[in-house]
Amino acid sequence: MKKILLALVAVAWIASAHAGPKIEHWVAPSGARVYFVESHALPILDVAVDFAAGAAYQPAAKAGLAGLTRSLLDTGAGKLDEEQISARQVDIGARLGGSTDDDRAGLTLRTLSSQTERDASLDLLRTLLTAPSFPEAPLAREKSRSIAAIREADTRPDSIAGKKFAAAIYPNHPYGVHASAESVERITRADLVAFHRDYYAAKRAVVSIIGDVTRQEAEAIAQKLTDSLPAGKPGEELPPVTKPVRAMVKIDHPASQAHIHIGAPAISRTDPDYYALLLGNYTLGGGGFVSRLMQEVREKRGYAYSVYSYFAPKKLEGPFEIGLQTKRAQASDAIKVVESVLGDFLAKGPSAKELAAAKKNLVDGLALRIDSNAKILGYLALIGFYNLPLTYLDDFPAKINMVTTDDVKAAFARHVKPENLVTVIVAGD
Amino acid sequence: MTRNLLLSVLLAAVGVSPAPTFANPFETTLPNGLRVIVKEDRRAPSVVHMVWYRAGAIDEKDGTSGVAHALEHLMFKATKKRPSGEFNKIVAEAGGRDNAFTSLDYTAYFQIVPNRALATMMDLEADRMANLQLSAKEFEQEIKVVMEERRLRTDDKPQALVSEALHAVAFQAHPYRRPVIGWMDDLEHMTYKDAQDWYRTWYTPSNAYVVVVGDVDHKAVFDLAAKTYGKIKSHALPERKPQNEPQQIGIKRVTVKAPAQLPYISMAWKVPKLKDVDKDREPYALEVLATVLDGHDAARFAKNLVRGSKVAQSAGAGYDGTLRGEALFVVDGQPAEGRSVTELETALRAEIKRVQDQGVAPDELARVKVQTIASQVYKRDSMMAQAMEIGGMEAAGVSWRDIDKLLDKIRSVTAEEVQAVARKYFGDDTLTIAVLDPQPIDSAKTRKPAVAIRH
Repeated sequence: MKKILLALVAVAWIASAHAGPKIEHWVAPSGARVYFVESHALPILDVAVDFAAGAAYQPAAKAGLAGLTRSLLDTGAGKLDEEQISARQVDIGARLGGSTDDDRAGLTLRTLSSQTERDASLDLLRTLLTAPSFPEAPLAREKSRSIAAIREADTRPDSIAGKKFAAAIYPNHPYGVHASAESVERITRADLVAFHRDYYAAKRAVVSIIGDVTRQEAEAIAQKLTDSLPAGKPGEELPPVTKPVRAMVKIDHPASQAHIHIGAPAISRTDPDYYALLLGNYTLGGGGFVSRLMQEVREKRGYAYSVYSYFAPKKLEGPFEIGLQTKRAQASDAIKVVESVLGDFLAKGPSAKELAAAKKNLVDGLALRIDSNAKILGYLALIGFYNLPLTYLDDFPAKINMVTTDDVKAAFARHVKPENLVTVIVAGD
Repeated sequence: MTRNLLLSVLLAAVGVSPAPTFANPFETTLPNGLRVIVKEDRRAPSVVHMVWYRAGAIDEKDGTSGVAHALEHLMFKATKKRPSGEFNKIVAEAGGRDNAFTSLDYTAYFQIVPNRALATMMDLEADRMANLQLSAKEFEQEIKVVMEERRLRTDDKPQALVSEALHAVAFQAHPYRRPVIGWMDDLEHMTYKDAQDWYRTWYTPSNAYVVVVGDVDHKAVFDLAAKTYGKIKSHALPERKPQNEPQQIGIKRVTVKAPAQLPYISMAWKVPKLKDVDKDREPYALEVLATVLDGHDAARFAKNLVRGSKVAQSAGAGYDGTLRGEALFVVDGQPAEGRSVTELETALRAEIKRVQDQGVAPDELARVKVQTIASQVYKRDSMMAQAMEIGGMEAAGVSWRDIDKLLDKIRSVTAEEVQAVARKYFGDDTLTIAVLDPQPIDSAKTRKPAVAIRH
């Protein structure tokens, strides 16, 4: 028995000492910050280049500009038009992707690591990032596709609820603004050019690299991707988030289910309460089928297929949100159950047993969250963009394990205040 | 840089990779008929454990549509030795996550866990394979959850309603006419006895297979399987009738009205599926046709319809030939604002006609090959993707041993073969068209509570 225990302790120790992959970090001569994991197990290379160029940096009157700037990078760049760009990507077996959120905008590349494909892929990525031409014709087309998509989304209960919720918890803040047909209509080519010039700068960039290249090769790649980016604007502060006043927003819709969101702005990505909130939320509504919300709303009452809660930390206070959908006639009954579960959790926090179960899942599950190059790339980009410690993954088990039930309760008391909670109901009777 | 040269470089990238491909995966069959397939992937200390049952919506009868999926939900309830909810709790405390999904052809359950927890997972799955304890009370509660799932995924999703109508009209006799989630009326009248009958009929080792991918030793997994699943006795399965769809002669059209802004059209042609991996040619040609039309950024639909003529807001093409039932080639899309669904239908048909008349170009075929090779390498970054590939093939009766052969076959398709299937199978007589007629949300009446589905 003792031997087994000792062995377990040893395993646990090893696991916590080497929880994450070895991350190398440097600043390229261009000024871009680089995060790199060398991994030769597969003949592939993954690269992400992210900029502090998310939707929070666009003027509200031109909401949609950040997303369009990012998504139009591949409609013309250098000497290539959009057909040549897509053909080249496909011919070398590369996968270009990208995303824009409130804080970040950027491109990702997955390529085979063999020299020919790798060089051609990186060359293409460099051209898109550094020399987009934003031709008028694709811009006009993508504006009208974007407007059509917005009008379509505005007929859907889930989308209406999501937008109303953001607008209600972030009044007068960029985090609460969404693109509308009118704001997209106002965007011109000059806006795209200026947004790229101001925000796609090396000093605002984080380059994440994982795969079948050496450190030396990674250094050259990072520099080449960023050495001719525009100079950019000097650092710009986002306006502070103000907490909303408790409110309930109801919107009519003919759907068979009510879509319900409850929440408020909560924490920034660098808030030390992150671990306590993550742990507490696991018990409240983050831990899949074992959470309290799932038990009370779905398992005991059959009120919903999906019910959850989460914290989405951002540069500034990102949202805490509880969400569910239930047939429209029982919307208010379901909300009562949710409010009672939340109220009880805020008053008492998790039990010692629940906290222990949450710790086991989050600590033992870390290995699963970093078991592929694609997943590690996501962490590199996160660590880089939000300036988290390089040892973020290594420290994770210890940071989680030191949290007490009192810490969870105190952290929730600081960040989830009933007087700030906004409830949005679309299609409730 | 010529395209041929590039292709040979790509092939080399696959060939020289340090993948432990020799004799991997491994397969054994337990005395009770359960097959166990293990793919060793030692990159990280994780493992994916899946149990697949050859029981899906295709096996259901009228009046109890949705029972395969309802049972999937109930599999997370009590067994003889474990109370309801215990399954999820044990997986969660191991640091893992788990779920399940039901499709037309199968029902599958999975856990992704640190590799040291595999023995526990196999014990849990073996337990619920044989010892599920259904109760009327738990059924009554869970069927409400399933109805909420139907509202969420189908009733309030206009395009899902169109797809449901398309299948219901395209197939008159074949069971693919019924939705996996089930008709709402069938869900309302389902009892726990229906679920119990389903469980007793189909959940037996000889109708299942286990797929394990991850940092494991296959011999140790085979031993664990013998100690867990090996203890369960198999019973006979009922005869499965073919239920072949009669020949369709004449176009079918159906319209769905739902709150939306943009119309949507989905067109389905009856086409052959893969029956003989070695001798068939047409299924591979259909697969290539789908890729030429909509397999990547430079494919014809995106290039010609979205970017070129701008008639489409979106356009897609899909063909899945590895299935138990009958195959459809589906082409769908939303017209761009200001363009009609009729214009889009004409444009989609014109793209098919262009292949019929002029075939496909050599560079288009070369792209299909490059894409196939690249995906083959990229999928090795995901244990789940590898397990899904093995499980999905096996569900259709195709051995995992033929996965590489299938890809080689796709690479061997000629331009003439693509043109030939386009000419042979895309006539109006076997075509079904479903259209979304969008309704404004303010004037739409509140509706009455009226493809794999996740648990």
